[in-house]
Amino acid sequence: MSTLEIKGLHVEIEGKEILKGVDLTINTNEIHAVMGPNGTGKSTLASAIMGHPKYEVTAGTVTLDGEDVLEMEVDERAKAGLFLAMQYPSEISGVTNADFLRSAINAQREEGNEISLMKFIRDLDSKMETLEMDQEMAQRYLNEGFSGGEKKRNEILQLMMLKPKFAILDEIDSGLDIDALKVVSKGVNEMRGENFGCLIITHYQRLLNYITPDHVHVMMQGKVVKSGGPELAQKLEAQGYDWIKEELGIEDETVGQEA
Amino acid sequence: MTVETKLALTGEDVRSYSESNREPEWLASKRSEAYQLAETLQLPKPDKTKIQNWNFTEFPVHAVKDEPLTGLADLPQDARALIDIENQKNIYVQRNNTPAYIKLSDELKEQGVILTDIFTAAREHSDLLQQYFMKDAVKVDEHKLTALHAAFMNGGVFVYVPKGVEVKEPVQVLFLHEGEDVSLFNHAIIVAEDNSSLTYVENYLSLSKDSKGLVNIISEVIAKDGAKITYGAVDVLAEGFTSYVNRRGVAGRDATIEWALGLMNDCDTIYENVTHLVGDGSVGHSKSVLVGRGSQKQNVTAKTVHWGKGAEGYILQHGVMKEEASTIFNGIGKIEHGASKSDAVQESRVLMLSEKARGDANPILLIDEDDVTAGHAASVGRVDPLQLYYLMSRGISRVEAERLIVHGFLAPVVSQLPIEGVKKQLSEVIERKVR
Repeated sequence: MSTLEIKGLHVEIEGKEILKGVDLTINTNEIHAVMGPNGTGKSTLASAIMGHPKYEVTAGTVTLDGEDVLEMEVDERAKAGLFLAMQYPSEISGVTNADFLRSAINAQREEGNEISLMKFIRDLDSKMETLEMDQEMAQRYLNEGFSGGEKKRNEILQLMMLKPKFAILDEIDSGLDIDALKVVSKGVNEMRGENFGCLIITHYQRLLNYITPDHVHVMMQGKVVKSGGPELAQKLEAQGYDWIKEELGIEDETVGQEA
Repeated sequence: MTVETKLALTGEDVRSYSESNREPEWLASKRSEAYQLAETLQLPKPDKTKIQNWNFTEFPVHAVKDEPLTGLADLPQDARALIDIENQKNIYVQRNNTPAYIKLSDELKEQGVILTDIFTAAREHSDLLQQYFMKDAVKVDEHKLTALHAAFMNGGVFVYVPKGVEVKEPVQVLFLHEGEDVSLFNHAIIVAEDNSSLTYVENYLSLSKDSKGLVNIISEVIAKDGAKITYGAVDVLAEGFTSYVNRRGVAGRDATIEWALGLMNDCDTIYENVTHLVGDGSVGHSKSVLVGRGSQKQNVTAKTVHWGKGAEGYILQHGVMKEEASTIFNGIGKIEHGASKSDAVQESRVLMLSEKARGDANPILLIDEDDVTAGHAASVGRVDPLQLYYLMSRGISRVEAERLIVHGFLAPVVSQLPIEGVKKQLSEVIERKVR
């Protein structure tokens, strides 16, 4: 079993503090959902864990099986087993999806032990089929001219090909219609198992109809303010967030508004 | 008072060189006149690059004599890698200033296609050559370098495709440089008659690192009505040269000229690539990529001149600058009066990999007609940190991520080259230069 542990995490962007002490522990074989209205710091948490250049961690720790993640370069974090399905993935002209994926897979392998072209193509074909992606997507330039839905599928394709220990899905459901949502969920559900843990960031409950979480957390004002089981997500869906705000005496849940 | 520059050869030398090649009188005279002009004409003035102190006139030896090749297998490994020796049907190889090997399929010969070195063309196809040699595309008296070129021409190739003939297999041309005394004044003439088509790919390759010579090369590309010419080139010339490279095209009615140019010289170079869209409905695509390194200075002008109605001109220039290299990229879309419904589009992008490198992109639109469309995009910048972050978040190292981004940036030309060996070579040269 592997463990991703976030303790007392404080994060700033351009001098403004967004996360104000986040604590969260995720084990493999667990799926966690972080929910919350807009502007409460959910995506910042995802970006800070992966090492986005604009986010500065000012206090707290992130460890993966005891290893200090925050000390690692971005590529080292990936090699250690972290993956972030991004909300706004970059477009890279002139680099085909397939070439990029092969470079990424080989980066995790020792030199001289690169994946064979045949095995790679077989793998890619079958994963693309699962995600109902057109085969020609493999030869298109990375994310260039992809629709919103195609980008999301492509993120999940990378997740399935790279098989990380922990995946963070940053609003993978935004902009997806119900059919695409089902396809993306199918991909994530295929990953479920003893060697995989997942942190799903969303502000809609509907994704959780297809990927059932083991744990649900609510973020407000840059902190996790409530945690529970799948029933918490259902209660949020039915009743919204106001009852939590009332319970905790919060008037404005966005970052920078202290109770 | 005119300042006369000392030229490396005398008028007498030029005459006797023409005689030794048994050139027809029109060519010998043209060269003599060009020599006179070269003494007084000024250098060209490429925008924002001062070349007054560049040496374009003195060089060690005018023509180096080499042995022809008995077969392509005799080529040095670096040159052989460019060719699919068994399957390349149409090829011309020039070693320094000597035509070394030529092959044209029987099928094309029967159809009247000509592929020959420029001197043989002058002897055997004199009238045909005379119609095109420095007439419509490039003129002798434009400036000192065009005049010098005509006077000192010491190599080159002639490709001619008759009416309606489609040349399906590409014609490949190798210009090889070996030895420090060599200078290349090569002239290429490529003519596609009405409704014919041709893919032409040339390589300039230095097989030795040392050079004290000059490069002054001119290509004239003529696509007649309805013809299509695809012109690929990869230039990899050694550091010591001073180079002037002028590739120019003239497109007739509904004709298309597509350029894919890999500008990988290690020497100071003035590049010019102009497409005259003379006929109605003619189309020109000028795509070029360049890598500058060391203390190299370069100036690249890509230009489309729209004369015909509905002429379409597209320019794409991508440059990568490292170390202390400096390059000026000029993109010029010129629409003449009467060229209504023309479209002139250009994009120039420069990626800077070091603090001391310099790269300028100058988009210029000169429009003398109302009913046209035109657009330009230009940027000079560094590798996008978010692109790096994205690639690295998949486990790819910073160095490898940068490499992927740079290769992707230069892909528009690499992917256009129609010969596998040449495509691979350009990728490898980019790899070597960018590292």
